[in-house]
Amino acid sequence: WLLFLLLLLLSVGVSAVEVQRPRGVPLSKRQFYEEGKPFTCLDGSRTIPFDRVNDDYCDCQDGSDEPGTAACPNGSFHCTNAGFRPTFIPSSRINDGICDCCDTTDEYNSGATCQNTCRELGRKERESLQKMAEIAKEGFLLKQQLIHEANRGLEDKKAKLGDVQGSKKDLEAKVEALRTVKEAAEQPEREAKERHLKAWEESARMAEVFLELDDDADGFVSVPELLSHSELDPDADGSFTEAEAQGLLGGVDKVDTAAFESIWSNVKEKYMSESNADTPAPEETSREEINEPVSDNESDQYPDDDIPEDEDDDDEEDEDDDRDEHEYKIPPTARTEEKKDDDEGAMPPYDQETQNLIDGKNAFKTELFNFGFGICFRNLEKEISFDFGPSSEFAYLYSQCYELTTSEYIYRLCPFNRVTQKPKFGGSETNLGSWGKWAGPEDSIYSVMKYEHGTGCWQGPSRSTTVKLTCGKETVVTSTSEPSRCEYLMEFTCPAICQEPPNLEISSHEHQEL
Amino acid sequence: MAPLLVLGLALCLSGTWAVDKGNFKTCEQSAFCKRQRALKPGESPYRALLETMELTNTRLTLQLINDNNKVRLLLELYRLQGNITRVKINELKPLKPRYEVPDVLIREPTTEPLSVLSQDENGVVLSLGVESQRVIISARPFRLDIMEGSDVLMSLNSRGLLAFEHLRMRKDTFSYKVTSTVASTTKEEEEKVEDGMWEETFKSHTDSKPNGPSAVSLDFSLPGVEHVYGIPEHADTLRLKTTDNGDPYRLYNLDVFQYELYNPMALYGSVPVMVAHSAQRTTGIFWLNAAETWVDISSNTAGKTVFGKMLDYVQGSSETPQTDVRWISESGIIDIFIMLGPTPKDVFSQYASLTGTQSFPPLASLGYHQCRWNYNDQEDVKSVDAGFDEHDIPYDFIWLDIEHTDGKRYFTWDPHKFATPKEMLQGLMDKKRKMVAIVDPHIKVDGNYKIHNEIRSRGFYVKNKDGGDYEGWCWPGSASYPDFTRADMRAWWASMFAYDQYEGTMENLYTWNDMNEPSVFNGPEVTMHKDATHGAWEHRDIHNLYGLYVQMATAEGLIQRSGGVERPFVLTRAFFAGSQRLGAVWTGDNAAEWGHLKISIPMCLSMGLVGISFCGADIGGFFKSPSTELLVRWYQAGAYQPFYRAHAHVDTPRREPWLFGPENTALIREAVRQRYTLLPYWYQLFYRAHVTGEPVMRPLWVEYPQDLATFALEDEYLIGKTNLLVHPVVEEGARGVTAYLPGKDEVWFDVHTFQKHNGAQNLYIPVTMSSIPVFQRGGSIIPRKLRVRRSSTCMEHDPYTLYVALNLQRTADGELYIDDGHTFNYEKKEFIYRKLTFANKVLSSVNLAPDAKFTTDSWIERIIVLGASKPSKVTLKTADGQEKQLEFDFDASMSVLTVRKPGMNAGADWTMTFQ
Repeated sequence: WLLFLLLLLLSVGVSAVEVQRPRGVPLSKRQFYEEGKPFTCLDGSRTIPFDRVNDDYCDCQDGSDEPGTAACPNGSFHCTNAGFRPTFIPSSRINDGICDCCDTTDEYNSGATCQNTCRELGRKERESLQKMAEIAKEGFLLKQQLIHEANRGLEDKKAKLGDVQGSKKDLEAKVEALRTVKEAAEQPEREAKERHLKAWEESARMAEVFLELDDDADGFVSVPELLSHSELDPDADGSFTEAEAQGLLGGVDKVDTAAFESIWSNVKEKYMSESNADTPAPEETSREEINEPVSDNESDQYPDDDIPEDEDDDDEEDEDDDRDEHEYKIPPTARTEEKKDDDEGAMPPYDQETQNLIDGKNAFKTELFNFGFGICFRNLEKEISFDFGPSSEFAYLYSQCYELTTSEYIYRLCPFNRVTQKPKFGGSETNLGSWGKWAGPEDSIYSVMKYEHGTGCWQGPSRSTTVKLTCGKETVVTSTSEPSRCEYLMEFTCPAICQEPPNLEISSHEHQEL
Repeated sequence: MAPLLVLGLALCLSGTWAVDKGNFKTCEQSAFCKRQRALKPGESPYRALLETMELTNTRLTLQLINDNNKVRLLLELYRLQGNITRVKINELKPLKPRYEVPDVLIREPTTEPLSVLSQDENGVVLSLGVESQRVIISARPFRLDIMEGSDVLMSLNSRGLLAFEHLRMRKDTFSYKVTSTVASTTKEEEEKVEDGMWEETFKSHTDSKPNGPSAVSLDFSLPGVEHVYGIPEHADTLRLKTTDNGDPYRLYNLDVFQYELYNPMALYGSVPVMVAHSAQRTTGIFWLNAAETWVDISSNTAGKTVFGKMLDYVQGSSETPQTDVRWISESGIIDIFIMLGPTPKDVFSQYASLTGTQSFPPLASLGYHQCRWNYNDQEDVKSVDAGFDEHDIPYDFIWLDIEHTDGKRYFTWDPHKFATPKEMLQGLMDKKRKMVAIVDPHIKVDGNYKIHNEIRSRGFYVKNKDGGDYEGWCWPGSASYPDFTRADMRAWWASMFAYDQYEGTMENLYTWNDMNEPSVFNGPEVTMHKDATHGAWEHRDIHNLYGLYVQMATAEGLIQRSGGVERPFVLTRAFFAGSQRLGAVWTGDNAAEWGHLKISIPMCLSMGLVGISFCGADIGGFFKSPSTELLVRWYQAGAYQPFYRAHAHVDTPRREPWLFGPENTALIREAVRQRYTLLPYWYQLFYRAHVTGEPVMRPLWVEYPQDLATFALEDEYLIGKTNLLVHPVVEEGARGVTAYLPGKDEVWFDVHTFQKHNGAQNLYIPVTMSSIPVFQRGGSIIPRKLRVRRSSTCMEHDPYTLYVALNLQRTADGELYIDDGHTFNYEKKEFIYRKLTFANKVLSSVNLAPDAKFTTDSWIERIIVLGASKPSKVTLKTADGQEKQLEFDFDASMSVLTVRKPGMNAGADWTMTFQ
């Protein structure tokens, strides 16, 4: 309809030729006000001489005899607003000293000095409508892409879910296999899907091992550091000597990351991860969680949250995600790929290579969990159960988070999950509501998201957030407010809400008459 | 606005909504009240020493002696202009001066001559000059009777309860626990030292009482009186109850968190004025004392049923009905003004002659006010403002509560949320609307806060008992309290409202003083320690005055910033006698309950009786969230109360008028629009209140003083003379209301349907959600402006419609007052004041103020005559002698005549003949 308006404007610009008629009467009603002939109130209630039209006394109950004065409490005044949008104002705004019509016609006898701003407004509105139309168009294209990807993703996920559900044994075997990274990496069903993943997984594992081995974090793996890993003893005779270790390192006392690559094959088969040894028994976890009701724990959707170690690393990673998503380009495809790209693009405090390795390690861990601990199963099941819109166009928002920083707080919207608020300068996070439902009006139910049952308020309800979606090329939180205590309002733009722009060619002549 | 957060948390935990009575003293817990109340009626120990009597022309003095302790008092008696008798009693030779309340009387009252009619050893009879009024002073025991003819109008000390605790040196040889059995029995000194005389502890607070006991008390008997009113502020019935079986009514300005209905507990303000009414006479007692005060009321007929009274009457055994009243104050002197009426309006003008009349508010302040704790930021203000336009609901003021400031530092703006206040104010001004921002009297103790630094360096803070700046806890955390009793402090405070001092302000920003009881979160009874000092005086002496002074200084600031041109608008929560001169008052932190809606009527009626006309309650209720029905009903009721402001607690959901569906938006719009059509009438009533001191909103008995059926009515009232009778719907799910229409020979017209009803009947009116039962009395003429616009200012030049409601004699009269609506120029006679009269089929407008000059663009667009018969022609004759025939419509079924567009200027002379 934006374009429709735009057209209307354009057409008015062309057709705004003043036609003689009583003040305040729209062109469409001109025929009822015939100069010199008795006027019949538009509700038919009575007929009065024409000179009582606009004579500043209200004769008709419906106010129709005073379209151009403030005499009738229920009257309305039509501003032509040549150059802008014609409009009706309540007749109480005629000559009240306040300029309401951009063509100044409402203040013809109040002494108010109004400027005719219609052309300027028209220009601005046309510009903004044009811009909005462009956004809508581009947004709609993006949306198509999103739908496409969502459908593909959904099929994948469904298939994956089917696989997982299909064989408990298979799953257990998989989980069992994943206890050792080596086996996990070799899981057959992963091979097909993650062929390219494997390549970096290998280097990632190498990096992980390097970092694990590099106990003093000096960027070198040294002989003493190696010695703590008795499983690497080449002859497995129970005594891992310095000479043997030196041999593994290619005859030197220590190796940097580059050199480590060349000796990787020496250690990779035998190396036993330190972290693996600390991981809780995976079978228990997976079984428990598989049986758990989906919505039991809101943090469940965050596989990361469940990682019992390296929490700091995980957090960093989350934030990286957010930052990247703010500068969002094209809707994401597969999350893993996106992440890898992002990580490469990040500016790390470490040197680039190290950072890559660290990131690789973290990403790797995420993968480990996604695939390894059954969480993915639960997530998939949950994800598939969400209403991501008629064409799953909102699916890409799932498990993403978007932040907005105000003068006091950092607001965080994680669609289909929850909304949180965290003081900018320290203090704990407050839950402003967990995903509730789509809550838009009937004709556009997907225009509003409702998050409910957040942290309770003193003497009040629990916090809740209404998220209003508008069409935009970017996916971003544009504003937050708290209109009532504990009732938050968030404005959120994303392409998924964009509607198909109407065809520009239709009807440009039809409206000419208006 | 402000709840007591600290208490609130405690309450929340205990899961109750009611006031925590334990935070506030009962009489039993207030040492002086307990002590005084322990005295029972009997023979007074006081004796008048007639030989000490001195009478100058207008002043009589006489010593009284307490035969128990030989302490002498000095009684002064004055006859004041306008049928008022003043009696002052102080110690003859106090150890140090006792506090006498300044700044409440508008001037030293004009005295009139007194003369002795007769005198003997038993007493003196004085003539009061008027008719046959006399004062009889009896010597032994001392007693004072005011007579008219053979009737006793009022007696003082007739029950022997005069008590005057003289100032004394502390006798440290006495232990606090001395009991009567060990008390000294020396012949002159038999005083007992009781608990609480030299120190008193309530909860964790100890009052050091360096001056010892200093209470004063006196009883009044009112023969023939069964109805007494006034002494606000209490959440109680209009007609005061007897207090024999409970606590006395308490007057002590307190920030009471979630106050309870129908009890005598103190609230935010105090006006120590009681009005006594019987079918024969109306009188008033003004007890000028600003210390904590308790008022006991008893009646010899209170316990009797109507049947019992009837039986008495038939048997002729009845004693005259009588109400006995007793006033007890903690310190100061006895200074009483006995207003002898005899009519209600006489009492109003007598009281007004002492303490002044209602300030004449800017017209816009009679419009609708939109408030909330809080409108969050400029964007919020803008969108609420736009919401009113979008939904076509008029309003004049939008309000900002404490959160608009920079960290509760008043006179500042939050730098993020209200970064460009002038831009915001200009935006409102462009729509001819205004804003109110809160300025509370507690000042954040913060070395980086200019206001604090200045007050501290000038030594303007109230001091604690040890001489340091008094500090308490309030919204900003640690806060100090400026000593508003000092004229130099008030002058400085006023200067802070100058546009160059109070940055970001413009002429459309006005002020709201909250928390000025003063509220001190961690103080005794949530207020200031009584042993804090204001120069030579203790806070004990001045407590009830503090709020008045805050509003006084603030109103003065608003006047000064405009160079004395513009009328101020200042809302206050705390008040005292005289606060009517300074602005508006609201009933504080009420709740979204039907009971609170209902009690808003008697609460504001009580204030009106003692001068404070500009009264209102938070529309919707402050605490809690109203049901939609309650909110709509409150908007409807509030539209017909003087101060019309919606307000809400920060923890409640939003409740702007358009948030409850189109149907309810329409109901609220209609209520607000009714208010706006009546603004000319409200404005002229406030002008009248300003001139005469008569209440704007008044109980029926004021206009029907002989109609016993009206004496206790508090579910309906009159606006202005007898012209509009309002019986709002204040019950949930109401299907109808029963309104009492007074006046045997009166007729009343439903203002919505124009249906005519006879007076002196209980009329059942079926109601729907859109009903606001309002009736115009036959015999009155009410001007309205029917072109409701987005604010009152936008309606300035609009024409009037005159509603002429004819009585059985086919006459009517009314007034029309017009001025610029906002300046003091009316004092320079720049106004139009006209008398409108309908008699002998002629409606005319004559000038009531021929020496006044003002011109208006407004004209008369329509005249609606209710109860009319059909004329054959209507002729208008204007001052220039021209005549013209006017067109008219006649609705025979309702007897309503509508004269079309007479068109004369509202300020002109004219006559209209209906032939």
